[in-house]
Amino acid sequence: MKSQPTTRDEREAARRRARRRGLAISATSTVALLAALAFAVLLSPGWHLVRTTFFSWHWFNSSLRPLIDAFWLDVRMFVIIEVIVLVLGMAIALLRTMRSPVLFPLRGLAAIFVDVMRGVPLLLLLYLIGFGVPALRSSFLPTDETILGGAALAFCYSAYVSEVFRAGILSIHPSQPAAGLALGLTRTQVLTHVVVPQAVRRVVPPLLNDFISLTKDVALVSVLGPQEILRAAQVIQDYNFNFTPLVAAGAVYLCVTIPLIRFVDSRQARARRQQEGVLVVL
Amino acid sequence: MAVLELRGVTKLYKEREVLRGIDLTVGEREAVAVIGASGSGKSTLLRCVDLLEEIDDGDIYLDGEAITDPGCDPVPVRRRLGLVFQAYNLFPHKSVIENVVLGAVKAQGIPRAQALEAGHALLERFGLAGREHDFPDRLSGGQQQRVAIVRAIATKPRALLLDEVTSALDPELVGEVLEIIRELKAEGMTMLIATHEMGFARQVADAVCYLEDGRILERGSAEQIFSDPERPETRRFLARLLAGARA
Amino acid sequence: MLPTRRLASLLSSGTLLAGLAFAGSTVLAPASQASGTCVKGSLSLHSAGQLNVATDSPAYPPYFENNKPSNGKGFESAVAYAVAAKLGFGRSQVKWTVEPFDDSYAPGPKAFDFDINEISITASRAKAVDFSSPYYTNPQAIVVAAGSKYAHLASLASLRGAKIGVQVGTTSLQAVNRVIHPTQQVQIFNTSNDVVMALREHLVDAIVVDLATGFDLVQTEIPHGSIAGQFSAPGGDNWGLLLAKGSKLTPCVNKALAQLRSSGTLKAITARWTQSGASVPVLH
Repeated sequence: MKSQPTTRDEREAARRRARRRGLAISATSTVALLAALAFAVLLSPGWHLVRTTFFSWHWFNSSLRPLIDAFWLDVRMFVIIEVIVLVLGMAIALLRTMRSPVLFPLRGLAAIFVDVMRGVPLLLLLYLIGFGVPALRSSFLPTDETILGGAALAFCYSAYVSEVFRAGILSIHPSQPAAGLALGLTRTQVLTHVVVPQAVRRVVPPLLNDFISLTKDVALVSVLGPQEILRAAQVIQDYNFNFTPLVAAGAVYLCVTIPLIRFVDSRQARARRQQEGVLVVL
Repeated sequence: MAVLELRGVTKLYKEREVLRGIDLTVGEREAVAVIGASGSGKSTLLRCVDLLEEIDDGDIYLDGEAITDPGCDPVPVRRRLGLVFQAYNLFPHKSVIENVVLGAVKAQGIPRAQALEAGHALLERFGLAGREHDFPDRLSGGQQQRVAIVRAIATKPRALLLDEVTSALDPELVGEVLEIIRELKAEGMTMLIATHEMGFARQVADAVCYLEDGRILERGSAEQIFSDPERPETRRFLARLLAGARA
Repeated sequence: MLPTRRLASLLSSGTLLAGLAFAGSTVLAPASQASGTCVKGSLSLHSAGQLNVATDSPAYPPYFENNKPSNGKGFESAVAYAVAAKLGFGRSQVKWTVEPFDDSYAPGPKAFDFDINEISITASRAKAVDFSSPYYTNPQAIVVAAGSKYAHLASLASLRGAKIGVQVGTTSLQAVNRVIHPTQQVQIFNTSNDVVMALREHLVDAIVVDLATGFDLVQTEIPHGSIAGQFSAPGGDNWGLLLAKGSKLTPCVNKALAQLRSSGTLKAITARWTQSGASVPVLH
């Protein structure tokens, strides 16, 4: 051990050296790992076949246009359904957290609705609503498959989202509504101006996660007939016995989901920073 | 006629009597302090007066009107009372000025422009000019409590209920809050104050009640209660308090 | 200074990788075609001593019966056994496996010797797999429910305004799009059952299926339904047996089919298990 005191310059120099060493090690190991993976894949005997079947430039290009056209249906659906889900989810959450005795039967129905919609597989729900409702031959109920499929998705996701909102509402400390009431606000005003705004802010991360999940589940509506992007990819795949359209569809999806995911993560990181104040360096 | 009158108010909490037969009056422009140990029921008392809790027996009268009557709508009553909490309870998602005008605009239907003007004036008067658009988390505890008081008086209440409003503050911030309350008293605000601050109660209160285990054991002028209490329990409590303050 | 060093090391690794990729892609040489004998003993099979034949499940009539290909009943079951016999395999030496359609053409080693599953031969499909010569030609049929306004069509153009349903994976979608040019998007369903349900629920006005399937549906699943007409898909609807690309079995299977054709056996099987489409109007 040294017996002489360390100067400030010496300390900084030592830190710089340590940093460089760390970077060199991580860079080398990353490149080595990638090289090993590349070796394993590119040198396997079936690589050529896999490349032409899954990553064919020709099929990627030719299927891109019809896939993007089909994707437009998915986009319209998940935007509209998300709006419905947020409204319906909030309504159900409010219904279940309010204590007014008048609403008791509705509250019971809401609880059953949430349990069933979360408990039944979404695909089953799509079949039941998509094929079952038209079978009723009712003149009031819609028969368009996109609407029925959208309804199934909306019911299922509203149930999940209502639970998220409910958790948010219940997480608000009772002193907040108490302060609102003390000002002379009615219960409705307290909900509108004090409780709900705070609850919603708190549950934005899980809500965004549910939205990302919805963007992908929208593809399931294809079982009822409509040609959305994954179905369109499957059609090209089946007709030509080439799987590249699926890869292309995945790429199109990533163009939407990755920005969404990055956005969610950055928001969550920001919220964490605000709460903790200091980023702990390990 | 007294502004606030409590007769035989009793409150049960899970079979336990938290308030037992409370008799209390607060006259016009009067400041009544309620002192007592933690858990004696001071907060519960104030919450019952503001109808945030339901009493189990007895009556409470505001300006002669029985506000604890089962048929009475609590909302208009709460509009006539102001309550300031120990933990400030400002709305974290609203700015300072928004906190202040919410009650006036939504509960009392005052036009927003008018409420904003009055709100700005109040904030400036109490040393918070320039902080109107800040959010509560950027203010010190003392500033937040001052905003809470402004919020409570912005609705021009008949009486102000102060629930241990300095107990959560660092000692150096207590003074600024007590200053406001002194000013309000000087202007003639009727107040019911639950507090630990003996010196302050002595200066501001017209009457002091000692609350122990949900019962008012003694009531008298501030001078009398603090210098020469009648009841031994009061004496014991004050002695403990002074010993704690000295230590 | 440090970032440049990292960049340099990455670049050199990248070049190395690119070089290896190029080398790797030329490693696989195409399999050599055997031009020799189709004697049973010298056939290259998936498992020695037996013929593995694949089809999807459920296996629908009239191509199979009771979802049991091994009972020999149904058009494709009969064809498969006939081909097997010509290759020298008795009934007991034929083993049936279930192969979902999407899997049957996936790259990599196959779990069967040939697949028989109402698969149409197209040029681009033939790049990924081997097809035998056609064993059946099956036009497209337009099936409608009872009392449909599309039951009597003058021409295919009359169907343009209809909502049409097809099954995924069939060539019916392309046939409908290219020949009928419908104004509404065609609805695509996962399975044959779903397509039938869609017609029954009036989710679609008409469905387009293979003619043989159409006959079966009208007789069993769609009471009082009818076949409004038939038409040919562009490029024809020839069905072939599916084998692995470059399979050594392909010429042998073709030889077997040629023998079945010339002996009239194939015709007999077709007549026994499928209905003649003569009664159904051919539409243009």
